[in-house]
Amino acid sequence: MCFHHGSYSRWTKQEHTVGLYSYCTTLFTADIISTVEFNHSGELLATGDKGGRVVIFQQEPECKSQPQCRGEYNVYSTFQSHEPEFDYLKSLEIEEKINKIRWLPQQNAAQFLLSTNDKTIKLWKISERDKRPEGYNLKEEDGRYRDFNTVTTLRVPVFRPMDLMVEASPRRVFANAHTYHINSISVNSDCETYLSADDLRINLWNLEITDRSFNIVDIKPANMEELTEVITAAEFHPNQCNTFVYSSSKGTIRLCDMRASALCDKHSKLFEEPEDPNNRSFFSEIISSISDVKFSHSGRYMMTRDYLSVKIWDLNMESRPVETYQVHEYLRSKLCSLYENDCIFDKFECCWNGNDSVVMTGSYNNFFRMFDRGYRQDVTLEASRENSKPRSVLKPRKVSTGGKRKKDEISVDSLDFNKKILHTAWHPMDNIIAVATTNNLYIFQEKLN
Amino acid sequence: MFPKGTKRKFSDSGEEPVSSGDQSPPAASSAVARTLSSSYSLQRQSLLDMSLIKLQLCHMLVEPNLCRSVLIANTVRQIQEEMTQDGTWQIMTQALAAAQCPADRLVATEVLCRQTDAAAQAGQSPKPFSVVGLEEGYHSEEVVMEGDVETEVTMSTLSPVSPQLSSASYLAGPFGMGPCWEEEEEDGECEEDEEEDSEECVSEGEEGDRDHLSEDSRTGEQVFGTFEIKHPAPPPDPALEELFSDVDPSYYDLDTVLTGMQAAPKMGPYDLLESLSSHGPTTLSSSSSCRSDLNELDHIMEIIVGS
Repeated sequence: MCFHHGSYSRWTKQEHTVGLYSYCTTLFTADIISTVEFNHSGELLATGDKGGRVVIFQQEPECKSQPQCRGEYNVYSTFQSHEPEFDYLKSLEIEEKINKIRWLPQQNAAQFLLSTNDKTIKLWKISERDKRPEGYNLKEEDGRYRDFNTVTTLRVPVFRPMDLMVEASPRRVFANAHTYHINSISVNSDCETYLSADDLRINLWNLEITDRSFNIVDIKPANMEELTEVITAAEFHPNQCNTFVYSSSKGTIRLCDMRASALCDKHSKLFEEPEDPNNRSFFSEIISSISDVKFSHSGRYMMTRDYLSVKIWDLNMESRPVETYQVHEYLRSKLCSLYENDCIFDKFECCWNGNDSVVMTGSYNNFFRMFDRGYRQDVTLEASRENSKPRSVLKPRKVSTGGKRKKDEISVDSLDFNKKILHTAWHPMDNIIAVATTNNLYIFQEKLN
Repeated sequence: MFPKGTKRKFSDSGEEPVSSGDQSPPAASSAVARTLSSSYSLQRQSLLDMSLIKLQLCHMLVEPNLCRSVLIANTVRQIQEEMTQDGTWQIMTQALAAAQCPADRLVATEVLCRQTDAAAQAGQSPKPFSVVGLEEGYHSEEVVMEGDVETEVTMSTLSPVSPQLSSASYLAGPFGMGPCWEEEEEDGECEEDEEEDSEECVSEGEEGDRDHLSEDSRTGEQVFGTFEIKHPAPPPDPALEELFSDVDPSYYDLDTVLTGMQAAPKMGPYDLLESLSSHGPTTLSSSSSCRSDLNELDHIMEIIVGS
């Protein structure tokens, strides 16, 4: 993956605007990025890729020579999380692609994250070693044992600094609990449990126990012939440890309370927007399928992403979303082509900024969109090296929908549907964003004036 | 673009009366006229063809994406429901059934025609069939290939046993066979399924497709159900038992099949269907070899239209 790092400065045209970003580049090459996630402090950024690798970036401390720029992100640790497996019983290869990474809140010097492929979740411990013991009595520095006859005195080994080494070790492997492909994992606010969701079931795990999980949602019909709906995403509430939501391929979100019963098949709340009869087509159901659901940091709202829009829901109102933002409405007339080339099944993610005032999601042609909820503004930006110079401000992009194409606008027909931004992440506190194109990771941050 | 065997004859479509019993005749014919406007029905047909190809191809992938399969299957069902209401579905399947009559399938056609007449008389709207009636196809082929009169009689005696079943469900023969047997065997289970469905969609309101859920649970042979091997209503055939004897039954558990879908080299459901249709131990080995996509597509289409 290519890794780019940059800064952005705000428009001054209006009093408050969605920030613009610029960047400078540091390049890596790797496999197709499949997930991006900041940790709880924002100091670390983890990416997973199709090859089962996890690459963690760490933010450097702010540099005094460039006060405008917050610390850059550099590679901190790389490790192979999952390997391809072969299920001999079913004659099926299990992909090593990392579907999701979720960080645990930091409780000691080490960092912990959960990473999952289609079938197996692993808990990884990432720890630093910057000292090593020297002066053993029985061993030489290179590890060979000393001849006892040469030992004439005793000394106390001491720790001496060494080059920083970051070690990743698997601490738990949570396997064999999912028949279908895992699409989500979410750590509970109690920091003791987490959920994993596949197409038809959601399981609850204790982080300490790997050989047992509890099934809390099961939508598998007794007769698989009646299957018409699958689970597409699930997440725990950020504050209430008993509450979680899961979204479906039919555009519904169910909020469940684990206190109500052991098996949460009966939802506490059902969020669904009535269909607009004017927009009904054979593709209505497909584009209503929710690809991502994210609670706001406050826990009062949740955001869902379907194919064409982003919706903000108030947890107290089930009948319809409180806000709807069109990501690429110009694609509505192209749904048949997008169905033909399978793009209509692309699963875009979405994310909130630290104070829940701006939401972001990806689109095609390496475009990504930001929506400022307070000021009702939105911007389209592009993550590409060709169109951006180092440390310059990114230009907003526009897709022309009418007949006349203005200068610098891009027509719908010239959009590249192979260049899709499915994964984006926002720093939990600062205005730093991570945007993954197919093979490249871009990190943009706000330029401080 | 159109796979073999699905080309519609537009000259037929305008002449057939709508057999749906729900609508009054004048409204029905105007509805038919409206929806059979050629560009719309062409688009709809091409969407149906595209979806069926996608469904079939996705079964051949190493790891089928269940969400994608479900969405495509729902789309196909939606198209089929609409075409059923138009009456174009009946027209299409009848035309295709009539078009294909290999010698060893004459019996099937005759049976289909017989029961389709009954359907016309009953005047009930055809039940929404589910996406790819592979299982019905395999059931009917299996029964028919037995070839003897006794089996035929068995088949036809099945219909009186479940009089409440709309005889129009025999509409496109293979689709009817499956539901008939399902009703018989799993009456209780179907009721449970209906309840489950109604629970799940309790808040769905009056969305049109909700009505079909309960129907689906009774007829319900969806694409996923095609991979389940059910016990046929007639007594087990010793030849079939022999076929199955060395096959691990867990392979055909739907879970494992769906998630365990491998490319053609392994024996898959389509291979199984083919081996059943020409029942004999030798077919097992031949079907385990790779087949081209086109052959499988032909095979699927043949089964769908009940040849």
